[in-house]
Amino acid sequence: MSATVATGGITNVIGRRVPTMVNGREAVPYQGVNGYHPMGRKAGPPIRSNGDYPTDGDKRVPDLKTALRLCGLCDGMTISSHHHLRNGDRVALAALETAAHIAKDLIWFPSASFPCHEPVIGLMQSGAVHHIEGSMNGPLGDYCSQGHMRGLGVLRSHGGRWQAVQDGEVHIDIAVIAAPTADCFGNADGSHGPSACGSLGFALADSIYADRVIVVTDNLVPFPCVPWQIQGNNVDYVVEVDSIGDPEKIVSGTTQITRSPDRLRISELVARFLRDSGIMRDGFSFQAGAGGIALAFVDYLARMMKAANVRAGFVRGGSTKYLVDLLQEGLVGYILDGQTFDLDAVRSIASDPRHVATSPFTSYNFHGKGNFASMVDACVLGATEVDVNFNANVVTHSDGRLLHGIGGWQNCLFAGCTILAVPSFRDRIPVIVDEVTTVTGPGELIDVVATERGIAINPRRQDLLDAVTGKGLPIRSIEEIKAEVERICGGRPAKPRLLDNPVAVVKWVDGTVLDTVWQVVDDNPYAPKVSGSE
Amino acid sequence: MPVAAETSVRQGEAGRAGGDVRSDLHVSFEERTSGGVEIELRSRVELYYGEAIRGQVRDVLHALGVEHARLAIVDEGALPFVIAARVEAAVRRAGLGERHSALPEAIKLTPSSPRDRLRRSRLYLPGNEPKYFINAGLHAPDAVILDLEDSVHFAEKDAARLLVRNALRAVDFGAAERMVRINQLPLGLADLEEIVPQWPDLILVPKVETLEQVSDVVRAIESITARSRVSRPIWLMPILESALGIENAFAIATTSDRIVGLTIGLEDYTADLGVPKTPGGGESLYARMRVVNAAHAAHMQAIDSVYGDVADADGLLRWGEASRATGFEGMGCIHPIQIETIHRAFAPTASELEKARQIVAAYEDAQAHGLGAVSLGSKMIDAPVVQRALKLVARAMQMGLAAIGGQS
Repeated sequence: MSATVATGGITNVIGRRVPTMVNGREAVPYQGVNGYHPMGRKAGPPIRSNGDYPTDGDKRVPDLKTALRLCGLCDGMTISSHHHLRNGDRVALAALETAAHIAKDLIWFPSASFPCHEPVIGLMQSGAVHHIEGSMNGPLGDYCSQGHMRGLGVLRSHGGRWQAVQDGEVHIDIAVIAAPTADCFGNADGSHGPSACGSLGFALADSIYADRVIVVTDNLVPFPCVPWQIQGNNVDYVVEVDSIGDPEKIVSGTTQITRSPDRLRISELVARFLRDSGIMRDGFSFQAGAGGIALAFVDYLARMMKAANVRAGFVRGGSTKYLVDLLQEGLVGYILDGQTFDLDAVRSIASDPRHVATSPFTSYNFHGKGNFASMVDACVLGATEVDVNFNANVVTHSDGRLLHGIGGWQNCLFAGCTILAVPSFRDRIPVIVDEVTTVTGPGELIDVVATERGIAINPRRQDLLDAVTGKGLPIRSIEEIKAEVERICGGRPAKPRLLDNPVAVVKWVDGTVLDTVWQVVDDNPYAPKVSGSE
Repeated sequence: MPVAAETSVRQGEAGRAGGDVRSDLHVSFEERTSGGVEIELRSRVELYYGEAIRGQVRDVLHALGVEHARLAIVDEGALPFVIAARVEAAVRRAGLGERHSALPEAIKLTPSSPRDRLRRSRLYLPGNEPKYFINAGLHAPDAVILDLEDSVHFAEKDAARLLVRNALRAVDFGAAERMVRINQLPLGLADLEEIVPQWPDLILVPKVETLEQVSDVVRAIESITARSRVSRPIWLMPILESALGIENAFAIATTSDRIVGLTIGLEDYTADLGVPKTPGGGESLYARMRVVNAAHAAHMQAIDSVYGDVADADGLLRWGEASRATGFEGMGCIHPIQIETIHRAFAPTASELEKARQIVAAYEDAQAHGLGAVSLGSKMIDAPVVQRALKLVARAMQMGLAAIGGQS
């Protein structure tokens, strides 16, 4: 029942106690931003010979079970899957359930899990799946938080996942890639077909580095499938199925901007901050996700850009209709798209050459020779907690339960100006606290915390403070906002007690261990259930 | 029957929980004859504030003179001022706590409100919906209206009254003027008993048709404030919402020195006429103009009704601009998103302001030279024009528009 971990532990440079062994492998404690420089050579896939593959290029096999058997599936292997189909995904679960008939003690390495993957709990209980290395939330998060998982959960950013594959920390035995369109050779594309989802970037590393690669599609087209996001030359087998996912849950309809006055206020403050700090200038770049605050922020910023006759060079998405509108109005030059959230964005990425599919390799990877995320002028993110030193948490709720995956969040912290747009408290629970439950991002990379009660600028960023002084923005110290919130909420919240048993670790973008997620004492059945994550 | 009533346990319930309720709580109270206070608490914030909530509930019961009771509480993350109000409401509904109250800690009272202050935007807050209170001031309306009347179900009037009372003590509404819309009399008198000791800046009196309705409210306020050592104004704003009220507008406006403005309620007014309320508002043109004229005759502000379509910012702007052009000085808002648009609508235009500044400068110049007649270029400026310019410049200063126009 209890997680198999850690002989002892060590306190890392930000004072967090972390295990030195994770799932039987040595783990390096966090050394600070850019403090760790691993040496050696990148991992590589085994050498293959094209003579072993059909000369007519037809790699189809009848079903997933055949494909998994041909891949040599056996006990203890690592199977990867990807979340571009989000909560509509049918492939990851099918792959694991099929694999469960062949082998046990498998490690599931998803780029993210969603509520639709809840049945994996049963596979863990039966022994088919040993543990999950990837984001966990909802029922999966609770299962892990309560200490039921056999191995330690390992939470990585999208970039950290690529890094872990490249430096050999995770060896993928079999990658199962859900493809909205593919040909019999294994070329695959995400922008077309009945289950179109846009970019397939999350599966790219796996297609290159896994020992074996299976492409699963419900829209087989004659060779060649163009454009191809996944190259068939990396693919071992192609499986045709009736449906890879539920289109309604893959992409949403047009997402509505929040009507909450408090959230609108935060969004507007963030947009004004970009304008008044001078970050919003011709040729600038920004990134915002698909959450309610982020969408409203884009809307406010677009109006300010129009009023000031300013165009952005590029934006990074999480793309939605709102970014597509900016592209079509000529307010931005390009969308560099990591994930495609709604139907308008899927249509755009399929048809507009200025709407470009990207991957964690181009944008986030620590072992890349640079990446796009650090070239972005400003990035707007969320968080569940921020402390007075600007350290932030996105992976656990204040009660210690796993809540969200890291997604691209850690990687985005390298933007020129990182802004956390958060309410100062939620349902009486302060968001600005003395110490976060789980450090997911170090404060030295977080520049601004924008709340409905004012904007706090990290004292390390005197330049930003100087830039907005006298511009009429409600700039306050983070301590002042915290004190006000505690006054409103009736004092400092009690700290929930957590057990001295690690259930998961949070990796930094370089593969070092930033923090530990501890077992919760008991489930609070009345705690609000939060689901959905990347 | 009376026997049964005597032997039954006194019980009361208040507040809301479950579903999508947030920032509120449901309290079931049951009187006991012995055994002290027993609290069964289920809370979203149990881990963080469970002990604080139990402690607060005990304090509230103590203040209400309740020593033995059982309470079942389901809490959706309510703030302390809400918890106090709901527990008190449940106790009172059980017929206990008479002549006691459990007031939350008071924050510093804001400076008293000048008679002639800006009242462009007044944000309505439903009096029994605590989640909207805490951040209302952040949106910087000129006023908030804590509403006990139409937005509160008849069965919840008593609970809303306590919640609004506590909010007046404990919630920081920033620079907004703190207004309360009471119920029609006689229910409104019970509202005043709870509200007035917390010094709201202004009371909105609904559905006023006669002078007596206003003088009853004035008498009640004066009798309640007479018990207090504090002295600060509580202004009144009658709402005229019927054909009769409109006809009596000037007489009503001059009933009391406390009245600082007249406003109009168009839903009830059009219902009284038996005509539909249209976006153009042609059916209420006379009534609105009558209110403007009566208010100005009585040297006070005329305040317009609300614009109901929250999503239509352009329509709101046009309505507000037309409203200002006909002599109104403000209107109500039903969503914070309307505030900025309303402020824009009621601001003088840059050219108006520039012209007014020139006239004021010419006037000051004439004064300095001891000249009776004011001239600008080759034109003579009449005294009323000067007065209007002075007033416009003063208002623009209050609105923070002093920098526009580059002069002065």
